[in-house]
Amino acid sequence: MRPTAPLLTATVLLLAAGTLTACGGGSGGDANTVKVSYKQSTDNMSKVPDTYLTAMKKQFEKANPGKKVELVPIKAPDAEYYTKLQQMLRSPRTAPDLVYEDTFLVNSDITSGYLRPLDPYLDKWADWDQFIDTAKTAAKGQDGKTYGVPDGTDTRGLWYDKAVLKKAGIATPWQPKNWNELLDAARTIKKKVPGVIPLNLYTGKAGGEQSTMQGFEMLLYGTGDGTADPLYDTSSRKWIAGSKAFRDSLSFVETVYKEKLGPDVSDALDPNIGTTVRGELLPKGKVGIDLDGSWLPQDWIKGAGHEWPEWSRKLGLAHMPTQNGQAPGKVSMSGGWTWAVPAKAANPDLAFDFIRTMQTKENSRRWYIANSGIAVRKDVAADPAYVKAQPGIKFFTDLVSSTHYRPAYPAYPKVSTAIQEAMESVTTGDASVDKAASTYDDQLKTAADGKVVTRP
Amino acid sequence: MLRALPLAPATIVMALFLAGPIAYCVYIAFTDLQLTGQASSSFVGFDNFRTAFHDAAFLNAVKLTLVFTFLSSIVGQNTLGLALAALMKRASKPVRTVTGAVVVTAWVLPEVVAGFLLYAFFRREGTLNAILDWLGLPSQNWLFTLPILAVSFANVWRGTAFSMLVYSAALDEIPAEITEAAEVDGANAWQRLWHVTLPMIRRSIGTNLMLNTLQTLSVFGLIWVMTRGGPSNHSQTLPLFMYEQAFQKSMIGYGTAVALLLLVVGSLFSVVYMRLLRSEP
Repeated sequence: MRPTAPLLTATVLLLAAGTLTACGGGSGGDANTVKVSYKQSTDNMSKVPDTYLTAMKKQFEKANPGKKVELVPIKAPDAEYYTKLQQMLRSPRTAPDLVYEDTFLVNSDITSGYLRPLDPYLDKWADWDQFIDTAKTAAKGQDGKTYGVPDGTDTRGLWYDKAVLKKAGIATPWQPKNWNELLDAARTIKKKVPGVIPLNLYTGKAGGEQSTMQGFEMLLYGTGDGTADPLYDTSSRKWIAGSKAFRDSLSFVETVYKEKLGPDVSDALDPNIGTTVRGELLPKGKVGIDLDGSWLPQDWIKGAGHEWPEWSRKLGLAHMPTQNGQAPGKVSMSGGWTWAVPAKAANPDLAFDFIRTMQTKENSRRWYIANSGIAVRKDVAADPAYVKAQPGIKFFTDLVSSTHYRPAYPAYPKVSTAIQEAMESVTTGDASVDKAASTYDDQLKTAADGKVVTRP
Repeated sequence: MLRALPLAPATIVMALFLAGPIAYCVYIAFTDLQLTGQASSSFVGFDNFRTAFHDAAFLNAVKLTLVFTFLSSIVGQNTLGLALAALMKRASKPVRTVTGAVVVTAWVLPEVVAGFLLYAFFRREGTLNAILDWLGLPSQNWLFTLPILAVSFANVWRGTAFSMLVYSAALDEIPAEITEAAEVDGANAWQRLWHVTLPMIRRSIGTNLMLNTLQTLSVFGLIWVMTRGGPSNHSQTLPLFMYEQAFQKSMIGYGTAVALLLLVVGSLFSVVYMRLLRSEP
């Protein structure tokens, strides 16, 4: 070897190592301190959780002399937050006493043995009865035990531009009764209001979970009788393949993009479509109907970057109808976050005490209002101070009664990607509905490790 | 023996923080470790590698990685860098300063910032289409129709400065007398380049190609920001595929196995270039 060769070899190894390694930090424990990890916004202007938790810390320390709360913020986007958290939960040296967990991954973390069942605490906690039943199941493991206390949720529906609908000759307030009425409205807008996206429906892999949840599942869960889960069979604990409901939902996606009722395909598959829709297109009146989440006004309130206080006069809200208008007539999907206690937490009792402080009626109301959340407590949902805090909040809170939670079991992230790929191939026209559905069935077998049941 | 002693701390640190994680990664590549959704992991032998070679998405990623590396590193950054260095040698001082500043700015920009800039350049309402419109040429969504070309161009834009600097240094090393002698002998510019300049900077070409290639193989942020590997995986290179497996689908074991395969690809390139360095003409 020439003298340069070892140097070059070392460079190769260094570069390789850069792509391979990751690490986490360590910390000690103390019986009177409860360590709380939560997601800090990557936007330095946004301090909502920080302000709220600091206030809770003060309240807790005052009510419990001698006890301390240590806040451990993790500043990261969603996907990286999960990764960091999961690394911390692996070891007792790094596990905090209380963590903020997305319901999207809570079941995966339960299966990994990262979390502690809360049933012994919940049984003795009177406030637990105030939580609505669907929300209680959000953090339930496959063993029937509950692993987290939800601190709010979100719902989804149809946002429409009143001016666009008026120009198209559609009377407002508008409420489609089934998929056909929704598509017909979009077709009318396309014909009568050129230059406007008639119906925005998120699709494809670039959109990630927003394609699956706001796009596909809002369709899929509106098929059938509205109670059975069309994605996962709870009794046999298997994922459902080959269903007509799945193909019907894909057909809807195909129709939207084939008839050019949605955004231009290349824009729909742009990774930033979500931001563009709520930041630019909706405020400029460029979208007729948008199937989207309850959190949109977060971006439009004062000081939020895309200030648009007039939205409540310009936009209308309609719930997403079921396929044929069958009962219960409307459909919504919910996610949200929960407070959970790690299995390796040093002070689980104290951690639950802190949850109880955060979840008094007053404190949780304060939190929902601060973060544009949707209440999961019956007493807060009925509280006029909460209902009037923001336009639209009553509409989205009323959807909670007919909402669905995803089957967020360990295979879910992979299933979700497979759904996005199926959507993408019918959106671009690369595959027919039948072909895309059968590709999904194949991928599902791998993703779910063979735990699949075929149901027509 | 005593003279080697001062090296000991560095060696220990290297072993601990470099060799340690690499060895651990090699181990993980042979397990079915997941980030979440699994109670315990187990040793699975070569399963992850077998899965990879039967995975159409993996093979697609390998193909795209090679296309991306060939277009942006070997053809783009390397040739353009040499051309720029040669032109700048003859240019006047102000031209040289301005050109150098512009090219180097592209290089020192953080990858993600460069990604956003080029996203703004290529997107439907972007600068490129505005220019094409102005020229009366048809515009299109480049990130949708030609994603791998768009990201390759982005990498050329970003990485050319490095080659330019390497070649500028190399060209300065060539004694003026040799070029002059060739000129006197009647060699034209092309012949001077082919018979004098290139052979004399051969070693620099090798080193530059290798460093460029390795850097290009691991490009992630640029592509992630511009296309997220889409549409329909048409720009999903190996690092993006690896990220998707490890962190979006939580399959750390499989993702690490893919990382090792990427390492193999990098080593193959390096071996080729090292041979290029070694053989005398």
